[in-house]
Amino acid sequence: MELIDQHTKEIMEGCKERALEAGLRFEDESLEYIVTNRDLLELTPKVMIPTLYDYWVHDVEVLKEKGRYELYPSNPYETVINTRPAISYYNDNNPDWMNVMIFYHVLGHIDFFQNNLYFRHTWDYDFNGRALSDKRLIAALRSEKGRWVDYIIEFSRGIDNLVGYHRELSDLDPPPTGDGSARVNYYFDVFLQDTQKVNISEYIKEIERYNECMREDSQTGEKNFFSEVRKKYPEYESLYSKSLKEKRNGRPDIFQYLMEHSEFVQKEENTWMKSIMEVVRNTSVFLQPQIRTKIMNEGWASYWHEKLFLQDDRIKGHEVDFARTHAGVTSLPRVGLNPYALGMRMFYYIEELGDTGRYSTAYRRLSDSALRKDYDNHSRKGQEFIFQVRQSLCDFTFINTFVDQDFVTRNKLFVVGKRLNKDRMVWEYYVKSRKAQDYRQMIMDGLYHPPHIEIYEKNDADNVLYLVHHFEGKPLVKDFIANTMIGLEYLWGNPVQLETSEVVTSGTDTSAGTPSGTMQEVLKPSDFKWERVVYTMKNRELSRQVMAQEKPSAS
Amino acid sequence: MKDKRFDIYEALKTNGLTSEQEKIIAEELEDDRQHVLPEDGQDAETGGTVLRGAAETVYQFYDLIHLQSMSAMQSGYAATTRSIDELLERDHQRESDGFPRKINVGRLIKPGKGGKTKIVIVPTTVEEKFIHDPSFRTDENGEGQSSGGTGEGEEGEVIGEQPVRPEGETGSGPGEGDGGAHELESNAYDLGRILTEQFKLPNLKEKGKKRSLTRYTYDLTDRHRGFGQVLDKKATLRRILETNIHLGNVPDVDRIDPSGFLVSPGDRVFRILSREKDYESQAMIFFVRDYSGSMAGKTTELVVAQHVLIYSWLLYQYAMQVETRFVLHDTEAKEVPDFYTYYNSSVAGGTQVASAYRLVNEIVEKENLVRDYNIYIFHGTDGDDWDTDGKESLPELKKMLKYANRVGITIAEHSYRAGKSSEVEKYVKNSKLLEEKPKLIRLDVIGEDAGEQRLIEGIKKLISE
Repeated sequence: MELIDQHTKEIMEGCKERALEAGLRFEDESLEYIVTNRDLLELTPKVMIPTLYDYWVHDVEVLKEKGRYELYPSNPYETVINTRPAISYYNDNNPDWMNVMIFYHVLGHIDFFQNNLYFRHTWDYDFNGRALSDKRLIAALRSEKGRWVDYIIEFSRGIDNLVGYHRELSDLDPPPTGDGSARVNYYFDVFLQDTQKVNISEYIKEIERYNECMREDSQTGEKNFFSEVRKKYPEYESLYSKSLKEKRNGRPDIFQYLMEHSEFVQKEENTWMKSIMEVVRNTSVFLQPQIRTKIMNEGWASYWHEKLFLQDDRIKGHEVDFARTHAGVTSLPRVGLNPYALGMRMFYYIEELGDTGRYSTAYRRLSDSALRKDYDNHSRKGQEFIFQVRQSLCDFTFINTFVDQDFVTRNKLFVVGKRLNKDRMVWEYYVKSRKAQDYRQMIMDGLYHPPHIEIYEKNDADNVLYLVHHFEGKPLVKDFIANTMIGLEYLWGNPVQLETSEVVTSGTDTSAGTPSGTMQEVLKPSDFKWERVVYTMKNRELSRQVMAQEKPSAS
Repeated sequence: MKDKRFDIYEALKTNGLTSEQEKIIAEELEDDRQHVLPEDGQDAETGGTVLRGAAETVYQFYDLIHLQSMSAMQSGYAATTRSIDELLERDHQRESDGFPRKINVGRLIKPGKGGKTKIVIVPTTVEEKFIHDPSFRTDENGEGQSSGGTGEGEEGEVIGEQPVRPEGETGSGPGEGDGGAHELESNAYDLGRILTEQFKLPNLKEKGKKRSLTRYTYDLTDRHRGFGQVLDKKATLRRILETNIHLGNVPDVDRIDPSGFLVSPGDRVFRILSREKDYESQAMIFFVRDYSGSMAGKTTELVVAQHVLIYSWLLYQYAMQVETRFVLHDTEAKEVPDFYTYYNSSVAGGTQVASAYRLVNEIVEKENLVRDYNIYIFHGTDGDDWDTDGKESLPELKKMLKYANRVGITIAEHSYRAGKSSEVEKYVKNSKLLEEKPKLIRLDVIGEDAGEQRLIEGIKKLISE
């Protein structure tokens, strides 16, 4: 791994100037490295972060068929990583014009990393540096504790897809709390309604009194208001400060809960485990936004590499080369989903929406197709609009908002179905639907979505960690439950239970769908019957119990 | 073929069947699938537009690969075997720490046609987490996963097709070693070594009496007096002593004085190069697989995976002196030429175990294999047999036991049987053969959801002395 040469770096700096001019925003410094295939062999298991901690599983071929991307939120072959400075990797023998294209693509990614709000929690530090110190920490612990370090890493990684990433984000960027201060909000939203349970007329009277105070003197009005409150409810202040404390802890994710409440980890000789759990958790939280913005991120980068490359005066004469490579990456496949192609077209489409003012109620109200076709309010706000979209959305909201019938029709998109033709022994691909709704649903079904598993505090004496899987139409991978729960039991130090939903297995479900070797058992939807089951891991033994049918899931 | 099936069915029916047996048989009777071998390599031309395997999700695209067309170097075969011992050592340590093992070996099997099957030993593992099951589908009509598409075409129009491929490959992706072709033998031998050493599979104590003259070796083993290549000092001293006893130079045996000895040139004994016959034990393994309709899915996968492991182990035990024969059976049995066909032939048809046993007996008899080989027979089935009480199978099985070193029957049980014994299990157990000849025949019943650990346990059961 070595830095690119000065000649190439100069090209890169030229690209930066042009990208900044076009409106992209990113930090000035960046590092570019040449990587060989041998380097990749080491980098890919570490998700391209050279300083990531060592772990034996990185040396082993990991079978991913069962979980595919669900197991890992990060891209193993990413060209640029979200560090400060951003680090990007290049093939040794790229010609200059190609480097220009890739540089623009990379700059698009860097801009996205540094401006999209789903990456907000990664803005204030350099992950590469943190990873390095974590790696040293783990290496030091390993020399002391040996293989137990790897067990803790393993067990922690077993739950690293359940980190409270969104909670982390919302802490950093809290929603505006209306006009009043936190104290006022607590008084009206929680205290009066939940604690005192006052009736409506009393409630309105209090609001009136508050408004009165504020009208009299906007500076000291709140103080005056609460001096009255204190007389009426002497306990208010202590309740309020208690609520603040509770809020800081928030609803912990499983990691935080274990670190806080596990008797086993709390033991003095085991506190080192906490630092490892923290490392695994941080790494996971850092990587979370990547997979949640795949289509947007690639679309954004492709949009800009096309746009900026074509404007670049330095690469005259390579338009055909560019066209060939670019089309190879961003053409819509006849069958399949390509994030570059889809994302790029969406940004062009959104830009047009902004330019013509079609992202508006006025346009949506139109039902005359001729009027819709020619609608244009000449606002020319397209550029501004795509920058807003780039800042505020993630794949789910992006797809949900902008994949509409106009977009689907224009790009001749459709949902492809795949069915077995038994006579000819072939899989047939056919046009299943051209409706935007179906297309949207198809993409969203494929988006990364870890199971929603929460801790349910039972406060039982037996100190069982009770996890509830909120059922969303899909069962968990059964084979993985046992080993994941062994890890949890180890970290918790007491039995662990998991409540989840499974298909009731009937006796005749072996009708084969495909005629060769191994195949999935295929069931018709009407055959599905779900039941809630509880898995219990106690002393490293797994047992399964069906819950009573009528009892809905606890949450 | 179908008619024949019905003939057998009619014959069975006249002998009386329970309703349950009838149901199972009827299922296989109605099954109109054929044994097919998947098309090799390239997608076959099938008239319509042929589609390559389409990327199903947006997460299969990476900048380095798609934009810069780089590919990660495949980790070399040598590198993986070097670390495999270390990894397995670690895995063993896990077990003593009370955690389940995590490393799988040798499950990457890549069948190619014409005997070019590759087993690549790559240690593999899975990081278990709570995740949604991506293979779970609620689609009607057994459809595959929907994907995106673009271009012309009315709703409902077929835009392309793809031949149904075997799903037999248990491994995929990088690590399969596209770069260097590894023959089955060399890798299977290593796998056998790993199985023996790391998974504590027993060594064969008695490799059987059948030995073959495989080659001549040359060694300094013959003795020659007077001249030769290497002086055999001990033998020479002995001769000198003997000569001197005859000459009367050794009056007192307790006090020998060699200084007065005479040494004749003929007393010197040398070792010289000589031709030696080298005998080795050799084995013939019959792998018999039930490929009837009921074997769909997991059961076949288990049986084949276990047979690969057994093959590897025997290959190691017999120091490569192993020959294999492959027999597939439904209501009829046939021998197939290579592992590829054995591995990939898809399931269909009814089940008659006796046909396979008969075929094996015939082959052994016709080729007089008993004279030269230690014969092993491994049979994998789900335990269904139309011949419900083994009237035909048992005599053939008994015949087999007369010559075989070991017969191992693996029954991969369907989960829906839920504890009820299958026909094969029942009649083999009732025949008391297992108790009478424990050295010759073993039976192992595994659940449909067994993992590699269980398979290896099963092998221990099948082959242990």
